[in-house]
Formats: sequence, C-alpha cells, structure tokens
Amino acid sequence: MTFQGWLLVAAFTGVLLLLAKPMGLWLFALYEGRRTPLHPLLGPVERGFYRLSGIDPAEEQGWRRYTVHMLIFNAALLLFTYAVLRLQGMLPLNPLGFGGTSADLAFNTAISFTANTNWQSYGGESTMSNLSQMLGLTIHNFLSAATGIALAFALFRGFARREMKTIGNFWADMTRVTLYLLLPICVVIAVFYIASGVPQTLAGSVDVTTLEGVKQTLALGPVASQEAIKLLGTNGGGFFNANSAHPFENPTALTNFVQMLSIFVIGTGLTYCFGKAVGDTRQGWAILSAMMLLFLAGAAITYWQEAAGNPVLHQLGVAGGNMEGKEVRFGIAQSALFAVVTTAASCGAVNAMHDSFTALGGMIPLFNMQLGEVVVGGVGAGIYGFLLFAILAIFVAGLMVGRTPECAGKKIEAREVKLAVLAIAVLPLVILGFTAIASVTGAGLAGPLNRGPHGFSEILYAFTSAAANNGSAFAGLSANTPFYNGMLGVAMWIGRFFIIVPMLAIAGGLAEKKYTPPTAGSFPTTGPLWIGLLIGIVAIVGGLTFLPSLALGPIADHLAMMGGQLF
Amino acid sequence: MDKDIISSLRPAFVMTLLFAALLGLVYPLAMTGIGQALFPVQANGSLVRDNGRVVGSTVVGQAFASDRYFHSRPSAAGDGYDGLASSGSNLGPTSRVLAERVKADVARLSGTAPGPNVPPDLVTTSASGLDPHISPEAAFYQVDRVARVRSLDPASVRRIVEQAIETPLLGFLGEPRVNLFKLNRRLDALGAKPAA
Repeated sequence: MTFQGWLLVAAFTGVLLLLAKPMGLWLFALYEGRRTPLHPLLGPVERGFYRLSGIDPAEEQGWRRYTVHMLIFNAALLLFTYAVLRLQGMLPLNPLGFGGTSADLAFNTAISFTANTNWQSYGGESTMSNLSQMLGLTIHNFLSAATGIALAFALFRGFARREMKTIGNFWADMTRVTLYLLLPICVVIAVFYIASGVPQTLAGSVDVTTLEGVKQTLALGPVASQEAIKLLGTNGGGFFNANSAHPFENPTALTNFVQMLSIFVIGTGLTYCFGKAVGDTRQGWAILSAMMLLFLAGAAITYWQEAAGNPVLHQLGVAGGNMEGKEVRFGIAQSALFAVVTTAASCGAVNAMHDSFTALGGMIPLFNMQLGEVVVGGVGAGIYGFLLFAILAIFVAGLMVGRTPECAGKKIEAREVKLAVLAIAVLPLVILGFTAIASVTGAGLAGPLNRGPHGFSEILYAFTSAAANNGSAFAGLSANTPFYNGMLGVAMWIGRFFIIVPMLAIAGGLAEKKYTPPTAGSFPTTGPLWIGLLIGIVAIVGGLTFLPSLALGPIADHLAMMGGQLF
Repeated sequence: MDKDIISSLRPAFVMTLLFAALLGLVYPLAMTGIGQALFPVQANGSLVRDNGRVVGSTVVGQAFASDRYFHSRPSAAGDGYDGLASSGSNLGPTSRVLAERVKADVARLSGTAPGPNVPPDLVTTSASGLDPHISPEAAFYQVDRVARVRSLDPASVRRIVEQAIETPLLGFLGEPRVNLFKLNRRLDALGAKPAA
C-alpha cells in the first residue's frame, strides 16, 4: 500500500461528498416536478412523448397502478431487446456481420439489461453489432436506471406524504429523470471520454500491421456514448468483453476516476434527496454516513489484500502486489477501489478481473453484493434497498425500547416489517438456492474454470451478481450455456422485481398513514447511535446469512493460498 | 387490476419506441457526429500511420516479443493481443495453471536479466489482454537486453526509457508507466538515425 493509494481513496470520497448535495438538489427538483434550466430545451420533447403515448403527467397513481405500469413498461422493453438481438443478422449497422444470437443468450441478455444487471454471457466485440449495442442495449442503460430512480421517488413519497392514496406518476418520473438528468450528463461525459481516447464511430474494426509486422484487428464502435451511461446508470454492461479494463473503454487514470464517480454520484445524491423529501436533511446524511463507513471498510480490506499480493507468486520470485488481471495504468489502488465501488453500487463494470484477485480481496466485492448492494447501491435500488433495512433497524430499535417505532414521522407497523423482511429474504433465497443447485448438477459443475474452492466461488459469485443485479463476474465461469443463461436470467428477474413489488406496497401503505410528530420517547433516526444500528443490521442480517458460503469459497481459498496449496 | 394493465399498454409500447429512437439512435449518432467533428483522431481509435499504413494505436497495446523490442506483458486475449477478443486469464490465486505459467516465465526471464526479482507486471496477464503499458521497473529490467541486441549503449537506451515514463496525474491519479508502442517506435527511430 502506498501513500498515493490512500490519497486516491481520500480524494475520491471527498469529491463524492462534495457532489452529494448539488446532485441531491437536482434530483429533488425532478422529484417535485419543478422546472429546471433544461426545460426550455427538452420540455418540448417531454410534452411530445406524453402526447404521443397518451399520458397525463399530472395524473396521480396509487401504488398498484404505479407498479403495474412500471412492470408492463419493463416487459415491453424486454421484448423489444429480445427481438433486436434475435434479428441482429437482418438489421443494419452490423459491420462485422454477426448473426442473430441464440434464444437463451437473447433471453438472458434482455433480462439482464432490463433488470439493471448487465450480466454479460457474451463477449461484446465478438457477438453484438453496433445496432444491437445502441438500440438493444444502450436504451436499457438509461431506462433501467430511470426506472430505479422513479421507484426511489415513489418510496420517498410514501414517507413524505400524509394520508394520501397515491405515490406519483411513473411515466412522469421516468421521463423526467431520463431527459433532465441522465441524458445531459451523458452527453458531457461522452465528449470527455472521446477526447480522452474512447472511440465513437460506426466502423466495426480497423486492421493494424504492428511494429513487428503482425496483423492485429482492433474492434471499434460507438463506445463512448454507451460508456457514459454504463457507469452513470450503474449498469455495467461493457462494449467490449474486458469492460472498463479495455483501453478503448477506459484509457486513462482520469477517465477511471470519472467512471468511479459516475457510478456513485446519483446514489449519494439520492440520500440527500431523501432527506429533503422528508423535510430533514440530517436523515439523508445519516444514511450516507452509514453507507460510507461500510464502503471505506471494504475498500481498505481489498486494497490491503491486493497490495499484499499472492504468496504463491512471491515464492516464485515475483515480488509485490497482485498484478494478475490488472492493468498497469490503474495499478493496485485504482483496481481495488474500482472493484469495491462497482459492487457496492449495482454497477458491475470492472477495470480488473475480480476472478484473479487474491481470495479475500475478491471476497469483499462478493460480500458487498450479498449485503444487497445497499452501500450507496444502484441508482434508486440502493436507497430503496437501504430504506428496507432502515425499516428493519427501526423495528429492532422499537423492540428494544418497547415503543411503536417511527421512521421519518411514519409509524412502522406489522405490515411494513413483514413486507420488508419479504423483500430482504429474496436475495439469500435465490443466491444460496441457485448456487446449491449449480453445485450438484453436471451442467452447473461444467462452468467453473478454476478448481478447488475458487471454482465454488465462481459459481457463488455468478448467482450473487445476478440476483443482486450487479453484473460483474468471476469471469472464468463459462456462463454462455443454456443452463447458466436460463438460471441466471431467472435469478436476475427475481432479484429485481420481487424486491420492487413489496417495496412499492410499503410505499403505498406509508403514504396513507398520518404524520406522527417525534416525541421525547421516539428513537432518533439521525446521529451516531442510529448510524451504528443501521450498520449493525445491514452487516448482521445481510452478512451473516452468507457466512457459511463464504467459508466454503473465498475463506477456504485464502487458507489454501497462504499455505501454498494449489488446485 | 385489469384496468391498470389496459391503461398501461399504449404508453408502454409507444414509450418504448420513442425512447428507442431517442436513446438508441439519436443520442449515439449525435455523439458520433460530435466526436468525429471535434476529436477525429481519438474517435477513430487514436491510430498511428506510417506511410499511410496503420501501425498501431497509442491507446491499445500490441504484442512485442522480438528481442529487438521492449516486451509487452503476457496476454490472455485470444492468442495474445487479439483486438477482437479482449480478456483476462481469470485464473484464481490458487490456480496451478497460473503458478506454472508464472514459473516458466520467470525462468525464461531470469536467464537474460539483472536482478533476482522479476517485476510483477512482466509475468502477469492484464485484465484486457491489450494493456498498452508496462511499469518503469519492467522497462528498466529489459534495457540491457535491448541495448545488446541493437548494439546500443545501455545508458542511451536507459535514457529513452526515462524520457518515456508517464507520471501520475496530480501525483496520485494513476501509476508511473511506459507506453510500449511509443517507446518502441522511439527506439526504431533511433536505430534509423546514424549514431550521434
């Protein structure tokens, strides 16, 4: 570990915290449906979209209608992308002449991008035409992110509204977030990426005769436009197989820094927006503090382990940190930090190969996802996931002090706690259940590249990543098979929508409740005690569930690594 | 519930088509236009041409295996530096395949080189398989060999390496590194000139 490395972590955290409030205020303006400085430019587009699709943006929706409209829209997007991928061979902008993808791959990919997971069973540059990347995939990067933020807005309204039966209008939320937040930021960032060396062209590839006289073909394409939203929307689906490790996706340390910030900036802004929505910004800061403490703990462990390196290689005369699967321009510090950021959020972009991390260095990304990606988390999904944990935490606090718990002025009663537990239980059920199936069936066991405990880690990581809608991988796993495409597709769908529906039911129920002003006996939902309780609940409920599986995978792998045992 | 579904159908399908047009076509094509107009070199892959022939990109790595050149890192992209198949090795920390590969590379390198300790990046595959850089240590490690094969003064080769080192932005963003394509081209340019 170096001083420069810690400076990087400190600078990243500092810039992020500085951006939280301005981003939060912008989000709050969209949450309230206020005019923004961009309205003169994009307002006509917004109104045109409403008119053509027959939407009245002022029409308020109850939680059921909000949920159904969101689900049907996502189903329509899913069908659209499935069709684009299957018909790829007949569609234009296909310079490398790829055929349509297999049915199971199209199924897996369409779900993957709809569910903001962006798990990729395919190698981008060898499977997807430029049209598929743009029309089939880039749109999901925007709309799955916009859906997530809209859902967070709906839950905020549940806390903020009093005795109302509605939680907003899904179409208005989703459209405003796309037009006034995601699109403008992406335009700016994409230009920056292009200037830094990220290609943006409709050409498919270029032939190079290297200095040694060998022919090398470099894949090109409209990379920068997709890269910008890939990180900002915590999607993570790369244009190329190697994702943000590919020099064309992430050419410099500065683009890397911007990519890491892009992943976190909306998620942190939403904590501030939540505070504004419930009329007490300290509540937002309390949530962000708990998230940041969990994040920094994870970053420290991964950085420490990667810098310490692999004893197996040290014995062979290779001193220093673990550089297998890492790029020289990023080195240890930026690779470790990126890995923790991308899994704390539900991004899943990678700038280093997590599969080749040291055992414990790779366990932290895995553990981050198992916590439910509530450490900042995916855009929208992080904050609503965290608020589910907050409901559980306030319930536990209520049990301890013997009072009906309240959170942000709303009584938390049996219905909310039941629904929150239902949503939180989805993740362990899918991850552990599906991993168990894959670990005892031939089709599942055919997947791992590595042997021994690390092979088990590859399977566990895949289902964790899918169910938590992350999309990063221990990429040694051969996942482009009907078994894994199917199982992981189902895991992604359940992991996204089986959490969303109970969450929206909570939002609807909370909106109908009366406001309960805090009294001397209320448990404060700000301050260090609350932050400590939140961290405790997240770590215990989220973490302990998975401890046995971690012991079988990364922890066993670590002991083998320290003992020099190879598989 | 039925009313909710029916009322969602038109907006769901119309919005899908509208956003597909805006985000899937207008946005990427507009960015392509802007990129091609403002940054034509970068937008097309930062290619370098010699006499009209594309010899490489300053952004993406290519394989250097000849002893006349500073060697690139091992690569897991296809058969090595395959620009259509970027990939890492994905071998885990306890992989026997990894340990044996590293062992063989160390044995090969330490036959030709100064110190006992091999710089880690020289015997590990990068994440993309297309890493354009090596560390300064890995470059210095190869100075003697390159100087010998090219019949150059090691001190002058060392100086070229020193000039080629790129330092971290603001002192902490990124790592000290050497772009191999640029370094080896400079080496070729030097060889072409008469010795000064």
